[in-house]
Amino acid sequence: MAKPASGFSRKMNDLGNWIDQRLPVSAFWKAVMTGYYAPKNFNFWYYMGSLALLVLVMQIVTGIFLTMHYKPSADEAFASVEYIMRDVEWGWLIRYMHSTGASFFFIVVYLHMFRSFLYGSHRAPRELLWVFGMLIYVCLMAEAFFGYVLPWGQMSYWGAQVIINLFGAIPAIGEPLTEWIRGDYYISDATLTRFFAFHVVAIPLLLLGLVLLHLVALRESGSNNPDGIEIKANKDEEGKPVDGIPFHPYYTVKDIFGVAMFLLIFAFFIFFWPEAGGLFLEHDNFVPADPLVTPEHIKPVWYFTPYYAILKAVPDKLMGVILMALAVVILFFVPWLDRSPVKSVRYKGWGYRIMLMVFAFAFIRLGMLGMAEGTPAQTWEMRVWTFVYFGFFVLLYFLSPKMKTRPVPERLTH
Amino acid sequence: MPSDGPPEGVNKGRRRFLVATTSAVGAVGAGTAAVPFIKSWNPSAKAQAVGAPVQVSLRDLEPGQLMKVQWRGQTIGILRRSPEVLGDLLAVEGELRDPDSSESQQPGYAQNETRAIKDEYLVVNMHCTHLGCVPALNLKNNPPKGVDDWEGGFYCPCHKSRFDMAGRVYKGVPAPTNLTVPPYTFVDDDTVLIGVNPEGMA
Repeated sequence: MAKPASGFSRKMNDLGNWIDQRLPVSAFWKAVMTGYYAPKNFNFWYYMGSLALLVLVMQIVTGIFLTMHYKPSADEAFASVEYIMRDVEWGWLIRYMHSTGASFFFIVVYLHMFRSFLYGSHRAPRELLWVFGMLIYVCLMAEAFFGYVLPWGQMSYWGAQVIINLFGAIPAIGEPLTEWIRGDYYISDATLTRFFAFHVVAIPLLLLGLVLLHLVALRESGSNNPDGIEIKANKDEEGKPVDGIPFHPYYTVKDIFGVAMFLLIFAFFIFFWPEAGGLFLEHDNFVPADPLVTPEHIKPVWYFTPYYAILKAVPDKLMGVILMALAVVILFFVPWLDRSPVKSVRYKGWGYRIMLMVFAFAFIRLGMLGMAEGTPAQTWEMRVWTFVYFGFFVLLYFLSPKMKTRPVPERLTH
Repeated sequence: MPSDGPPEGVNKGRRRFLVATTSAVGAVGAGTAAVPFIKSWNPSAKAQAVGAPVQVSLRDLEPGQLMKVQWRGQTIGILRRSPEVLGDLLAVEGELRDPDSSESQQPGYAQNETRAIKDEYLVVNMHCTHLGCVPALNLKNNPPKGVDDWEGGFYCPCHKSRFDMAGRVYKGVPAPTNLTVPPYTFVDDDTVLIGVNPEGMA
């Protein structure tokens, strides 16, 4: 039935073969795309991974173009960002894509992480997948922090002051350590230039490497799914999972739809609300850095505020810093803290559902309190939610093996 | 046929020894090579040179007034205190974490009841010992927003740490120690030099 191949397509075919004999392009494509079977019941939560990749690419591209105009020096940084915003053609768009992109990166990543808590995606055999994801998250926090310093506004300056001084809480070596990080007796040009090097070279390289490892680990263990069942346990005669569908074209097409929806929302923010009322870009950061004047109310950008609230809740500097670090470190261990016999929330009982909801609420509430003024009543509330935040992990470890579960089906449900 | 182990006749002990010594020397080399990179982060000679002492005239400073100067990029506050303010210092001692400044940083000549060489003038590093923000001076008649019981002192906008009129930290706030006192000396009655100790004192 097939029509005889035309001369052109035969030539393309020959070229493909020529390349394949030298570089395994089609074998690679088959291994990771058309021959990779993913569970057929992915839902909304499964958009986030591909969206995170999209935002990463967007941040790299916009970042490269910003670097062409930005000047990493304490005297020129602030003015060069304003120059990008006012004088560079389309500079405002590129800058807002980058600054809004940072916040959207965290929105997507937080949803991506919450998916794991819902469906147990970090459970065996995907513990390393989760650990690589957590390393990406930590790198992302460093990248965001360094990036926020670069415009050299008041919040850049004083935010850096606060974060660097966190290291000063370490006994004995704290003070010399902060001096070493700053490269001066105060936050100065030396600090800015090294943060610039981290932001544009070191951390992005690290991030790309970790993302690659994250994806390799994903292709090895295969995606989890909303039912938390291993589709590899149920294969047909050809060795393909019966509940799986090829990643390409099925999920590439689904993800493209997700990308379109995401870009719609993203564009709305860039064009109409790029500062998000001080959430994405704080008002004080439109004032040039001044080492002599501390802004009245220093707070980090929203994606750090839950941890910042934990820091503020503790009336002891060293303990506050330790607890804040612990709040991030403990997430690395979630795959081993959850000892439930089932993975997905669908087959876990109401106990876990309530715990997870309270935990999610605590995280959001801490985020809100972290950016609040800090009245005594708020401080007490922060202490309560800090307690709840850590309590979740303790309860998870002790209660998860005992809590009632429902029977898990053999095949995926719809 | 590829074999799993080393071929016959290999001296395994010698091989292990060579691998271990080569690795050790390599590790030492890598560690040594890291030193210049780590040291390159220290304050440069230029940054160190900028840290020279600063001379300030106190002639126009009124009681209750705070003057801020910069020394080594740090904000240094000079506060002139009236006799009543000095009297109040004793009254708040019960609420302080370290009233005798035994755990705080100041030169020996400023570790006294008023934390100063001359009682009248408090010279203090304004950066909060919590995370380095600069607290505001709120006199007794001007308490910070939302604070009812206020004896006058410094109030940090970042995390609500409170210090009294000698820069001593209150209990129950995030800052661990009193505001630090930089080295300083009086050149004459109205002039202070920040960054050097008085003659004969370390």
